[in-house]
Amino acid sequence: MPLTAVNDFVIRFANVNGSGSASANEMFARAIMRMGIPMSPRNVFPSNIQGLPTWYEVRVTEANHLGARGGTDIMVAMNPQTYNADVASIEPDGYLVYDSTRAMPPGKPRTDINLIGIPLTAICNKEYSDPRQRQLFKNIICIGALSALLDMDITELEKLVGEQYRSKEKLIQPNIHALHLGRAYAEANFKCPIGLKLKRSDKVGDRILIEGNAAAALGAVYGGATVCAWYPITPSSSVAENFTKFCGKYRHDPATGEARYAIVQAEDEIASIGMVVGAAWNGARAFTATSGPGISLMQELFGFAYFAEIPSVIIDVQRAGPSTGMPTRTQQCDLINCAYASHGDTKHILLMPEDAAEAFEFTAGAFDYADRLQTPVFVLLDLDIGMNHRLSRPLQWDDARLYDRGKVMTAADLEAGKDFGRYTDVDGDAIPFRTYPGTHPTKGGYFTRGTSHDARAKYSEEGVDYVEGMQRLLRKHETAKGILPRPLRHDAGKPTRFGVIYYGSTAPAMHEAAEILTARGHTLDLMRVRAFPFHQDVASFIADHDFVFVVEQNRDAQLRSLIVNELDIDPVRLVPILHYDGTSITARFISAAIGDRLDALKVTPLRKAMS
Amino acid sequence: MTYLTKPKFHHPSLPKNALGYTRRDYEAATSTLCAGCGHDSISAAIIEASFELAIEPHRVAKISGIGCSSKTPTYFLGASHGFNSVHGRMPSVLTGANLANRDLIYLGISGDGDSASIGFGQFAHALRRGVNMTYIVENNGVYGLTKGQFSATADRGSKSKKGAVNTDNAIDLVAMALQLGATFVARSFSGDKTQLVPIIKAAIAHRGAAFIDVISPCIAFNNHPGSTKSLDYVRAHNEAVNALDIMIGRDAITVDYEPGKVVEVTQHDGSVLTLRKLNDDYDPSDRLAAMNFLQQEAARGRIVTGLLYVDGEADDLHRHFNTVAMPLNQLNEPELCPGSKALDKINAGLR
Ligand SMILES: Cc1ncc(C[n+]2csc(CCOP(=O)(O)OP(=O)(O)O)c2C)c(N)n1
Ligand code: SF4
Ligand SMILES: [Mg+2]
Repeated sequence: MPLTAVNDFVIRFANVNGSGSASANEMFARAIMRMGIPMSPRNVFPSNIQGLPTWYEVRVTEANHLGARGGTDIMVAMNPQTYNADVASIEPDGYLVYDSTRAMPPGKPRTDINLIGIPLTAICNKEYSDPRQRQLFKNIICIGALSALLDMDITELEKLVGEQYRSKEKLIQPNIHALHLGRAYAEANFKCPIGLKLKRSDKVGDRILIEGNAAAALGAVYGGATVCAWYPITPSSSVAENFTKFCGKYRHDPATGEARYAIVQAEDEIASIGMVVGAAWNGARAFTATSGPGISLMQELFGFAYFAEIPSVIIDVQRAGPSTGMPTRTQQCDLINCAYASHGDTKHILLMPEDAAEAFEFTAGAFDYADRLQTPVFVLLDLDIGMNHRLSRPLQWDDARLYDRGKVMTAADLEAGKDFGRYTDVDGDAIPFRTYPGTHPTKGGYFTRGTSHDARAKYSEEGVDYVEGMQRLLRKHETAKGILPRPLRHDAGKPTRFGVIYYGSTAPAMHEAAEILTARGHTLDLMRVRAFPFHQDVASFIADHDFVFVVEQNRDAQLRSLIVNELDIDPVRLVPILHYDGTSITARFISAAIGDRLDALKVTPLRKAMS
Repeated sequence: MTYLTKPKFHHPSLPKNALGYTRRDYEAATSTLCAGCGHDSISAAIIEASFELAIEPHRVAKISGIGCSSKTPTYFLGASHGFNSVHGRMPSVLTGANLANRDLIYLGISGDGDSASIGFGQFAHALRRGVNMTYIVENNGVYGLTKGQFSATADRGSKSKKGAVNTDNAIDLVAMALQLGATFVARSFSGDKTQLVPIIKAAIAHRGAAFIDVISPCIAFNNHPGSTKSLDYVRAHNEAVNALDIMIGRDAITVDYEPGKVVEVTQHDGSVLTLRKLNDDYDPSDRLAAMNFLQQEAARGRIVTGLLYVDGEADDLHRHFNTVAMPLNQLNEPELCPGSKALDKINAGLR
């Protein structure tokens, strides 16, 4: 029996990079969204394989499961190079859409899937003579055919074509024509729709479709960042590129055209963080965007900024390591490297957004936290959130919101006789006052250095001065716990001995897994950690359960290590659930890993059963 | 170790500059460098230049890397904010600071280890970006702070204190700066205050990337026979191409120069640099000729000093970026935040 499903399947396009497939695929995904059906697209783009294959996967999910599902129900196999592997990956009873113009590449044919051969090249060649047109319209013809096969509303596609070519009107009709060519062929040759169907729904609501990196860049614009220094690296480059784009639009003086920002593509990541630290020391909101290898290079200045108490914002879009690792694959693998970055005793603020909306909020917030706490703040995104379009609640901004510039002593304060000691804890929150350079002719000047200093920023090698400063930095982290985004707890509503801690891009897969596990008869309380240092609620949550699963996307259970280390928890009580093959974590994986362990625990011990 | 600040004792007869400041107002903590270290003479020259220029001390940001040389910002301009950063990274920290507030004067202090080895890349990129700054390398041919290892500016054939001979080629930071497009390039000698002070003044007045390589003998580790950065060697091989007089604003020119013996360069801020030629053929406005001349003289074992190149029409990074006149660190929500209406529009475009 061919697979049947309405608004609940996974379609995957296997393409050749640069063939114009990206915009056609995106149009396909958007049309589903416009039909009110939640869907979740993902790019897979190996960085270094011959033939430049790319895959684009769309999970159609009426139930709003936006995490990756795993498996493919319908494969659109357009890349001969990866054809055999693509065909092999189709779920039993699934569908294969292929170009039937030429004979199928040799390989073991599968008898347990449904073949849908469309002579795309032939249709194209008959219609168009220009080679570039042939290539581009082939993708559109294919989408047109899919619209019939899946019962997609063709008017949504037509509208999208109109929007896409608003400024090049000449292209609208030819594209619509291509859509209909494909649609007509499918209608004439197959029973449409096939078992997998789209049905108009109302589950999208007011959500938007946005990449996390773009949302983070907008967060930096809204959060008041004026200096950005960066060095290109996948998957973070589009943060700086989007920041550039948005600044171009929103950050020019309307009267003079002058820029209210400065963006430097630096010579490397060391220079990037140097510029950020220099700018932030001088009172501007500054950030860099990078990935793991860049974080490694920036270490020395992270330690400096921590010790000299200079605000700085670092957006780390994580990818698999170590070294160059899997540069285009996702992981949550920089937690430890960021949390304890640099030599000496250091500890840094981490923010862990789950999606684009939080990427926007946390990035905007990061500038407030950095200024308030006078320390580096890391926003930990990953490739899954950063480089994929995801349905997200609309971005929001409260116009009454003011930037929190933290404790800055002004010329007026100094003139009024306020005492200034750069590293003096005057308010008991361990946060000292700072002055911007150039504030006052005779007061408020101080020397910033990475060497030990006393409470008034004087060079000192006295042990007591050093220890006092280091202790105050620890107390400052206590203050941070009350300021940073709190962990979110979701209890099952029934008593249970088991909890789950998770964070970042694992969230949608985890929520889906929880539904699966509930259906399997397991009860679990959930906690999503959103910041480091950990709020007291994390310790309470663990105390409330005998065992807590810690689900994350790295090999070494980095969040679990941080919890054990920082909260003095017995490691036995924290069960690691780890996914780190570079693909996005799935509900199938989590529910199997947790479910199997819980099932094992449920089995009544033998002796008890006999007695 | 703590530093005793010199008592602030203002004698009524101390000379005052145009702003009413005395030299004392430009001084700072007492140096802890070795007695006789060239770096201290450079600090003194910076104090003198700042006094003579009548700049407000607190409007200067002094930024350095790591090394004996990089320690010196503690010893001048005590009212300024200082930033003793990490080894080799002064240029990036200064660049960021400069972007945040274009209204301050940026003084970058570095050493030959700091700039020619670990920070060679940052040295190059800050210059090629045209960051508006005065970048001074206190060049002694050794790592003073780590006790006498050769640096990358040590000449080939130069001998270390322990007798080792340097077999690596030297990096000439002046030649590099010229190639990289610095718009003000000079070399001087810590022992020649008459030459150094006006050069520093002109560099501060310059809008753009000003680079000064100051040969600054290390008394402790590189002042022996066989070293090409010793006091005696530099004195014997110094070849000054010009002597500089700098006129700020509309100061009347009081000196009569012999015709044909002066070059005048007017900088953006109106300062007039009058260069008395010591070498008749040297033209400080010709970058290519300067590069050539330097190489020729270096091959003859001569150390060319003076204001070697200046572009009076120079631009800086802020002009390249077309940034607003108001320093970026003073912009607030109204200028920076597009607001909720714009965000609603963005949201609408993403559906
Ligand atoms: C990352 C790093 N590596 C090494 C050092 C050790 N170090 C301190 S100063 C210095 C060399 C300084 O030489 P230079 O810049 O010429 O300054 P000088 O002391 O000669 O004035 C070195 C290698 C350091 N501070 N940081
Ligand atoms: S070691 Fe050399 S460079 Fe350092 S202070 Fe002494 S003389 Fe100066
Ligand atoms: Mg040196």
